[in-house]
Amino acid sequence: MGAAISLSSAVALVGRFPVLAGVDFAMPEGSVTTVLGANGAGKTSLLRLLGGLQRLDGGSGTVLGFDLSHPERSFRRRVGFLGHDPGLYEDLTAQENINFALKAVRLPLSATSSSLERCGISGRLLSTPVKHLSQGQRRRVGLAKLVARRPPLWLLDEPHASLDEATRVLVGELVEEAASGGASIVATSHEPEYSVPMADLVVTMGGGVIVASKQGGRHAS
Amino acid sequence: MLRDALLVAGRDLRIELRSKVATWQVLPFALLSLILFAFAIGPNPSLLKQTSPGLFWLSLLFASVLGTQRSLSIEGDEATREATRLLGLDPAGTFLGKTLALLVELVALEVVLLGGVLLFFHTHVSNWPLLLASLALAPMGLGSASVIYGSVTMGLRSSATLLPLLVLPVLAPLLIAGARCFALATGSQGNWAQWLGVLAVFAWIYVLLGIVLYGALEES
Repeated sequence: MGAAISLSSAVALVGRFPVLAGVDFAMPEGSVTTVLGANGAGKTSLLRLLGGLQRLDGGSGTVLGFDLSHPERSFRRRVGFLGHDPGLYEDLTAQENINFALKAVRLPLSATSSSLERCGISGRLLSTPVKHLSQGQRRRVGLAKLVARRPPLWLLDEPHASLDEATRVLVGELVEEAASGGASIVATSHEPEYSVPMADLVVTMGGGVIVASKQGGRHAS
Repeated sequence: MLRDALLVAGRDLRIELRSKVATWQVLPFALLSLILFAFAIGPNPSLLKQTSPGLFWLSLLFASVLGTQRSLSIEGDEATREATRLLGLDPAGTFLGKTLALLVELVALEVVLLGGVLLFFHTHVSNWPLLLASLALAPMGLGSASVIYGSVTMGLRSSATLLPLLVLPVLAPLLIAGARCFALATGSQGNWAQWLGVLAVFAWIYVLLGIVLYGALEES
């Protein structure tokens, strides 16, 4: 199995501040990596770099075979990013949000209903503008968008935060399903009790670099 | 590019139809400003008629800035904009889509304002083809220039005040040519082809600039 991600001494700057100060990191396709670390350690910046949302200012890196120094537009279509805010259009319904994303990445709309149902969005919630949904329901719609798009790389920024127990379990199930299907997943977390068991590799960041790594619990059981 | 343009235009118009911000805020603002201009000039029919081309265009310009700000707000917060960036839409398609949606709204705005001018300013149209041609070109130029400068200010805390400062001077050639076309279509004498040409040239320049530059502006 090839490398989904390979970073060597990766540096990323915000202004003059190095949010990533020389990250060495590699993970194979179809695996799950959990990134732990205190606030400001560089976890979200790492995800943004991997998604082509943060420029690579030093070192080198490839993601899904694309060079991060010159990320192509088609690369972004292969990345799914779920942040604290799921990034939905407030005046569109859950269905319309997902349909828009599927049309943009040239995928059939047939996956919309099943993905929403899989994430517990059904009935009147399907036709309700997102602005009227609760925060947890919005996160579920964001997850459904990922499920419908099925990108080869999932980047999840604290996917368990502010969710009820059932949705946290759902996140773990969706990650396992995606990884079993060949997708590569990187998730940051402050909740190791949920994120370590679902991971093949657990890395800890501090000061913009990876300071420790260990095996996760994904295949341990 | 065209597929992405239609997708983005469809999204913007769907959101606008649902939220009705343009219907209940931008259109009334345009009409209100036109009426206030009429009050400021006073009940002098010949003066009202004489000033109607400029006032029509000023009202259109001011309301188009509001419409642009609304169009930008549809893009959502930073998280929504980044989620959209990850869909890999063609930047030129995004630009054309947003311009197309804004164009539809500006045409509606022109219809309302034209009705207002005919009603309140004692204006009679003598050259409908010229007027319609200029009103067809105007939203193209206004929309494209506004979307370009809107992308510059998007995400800035001062975007609401910065956008008019940046975009209104750029729209001055359209204002001048558009107001001249309006005057010529409502009874003034002169070379209408020259002014319609200026309007067309600037409208296309802004469209082409947007197609070329929007990607870089979006990334920055």
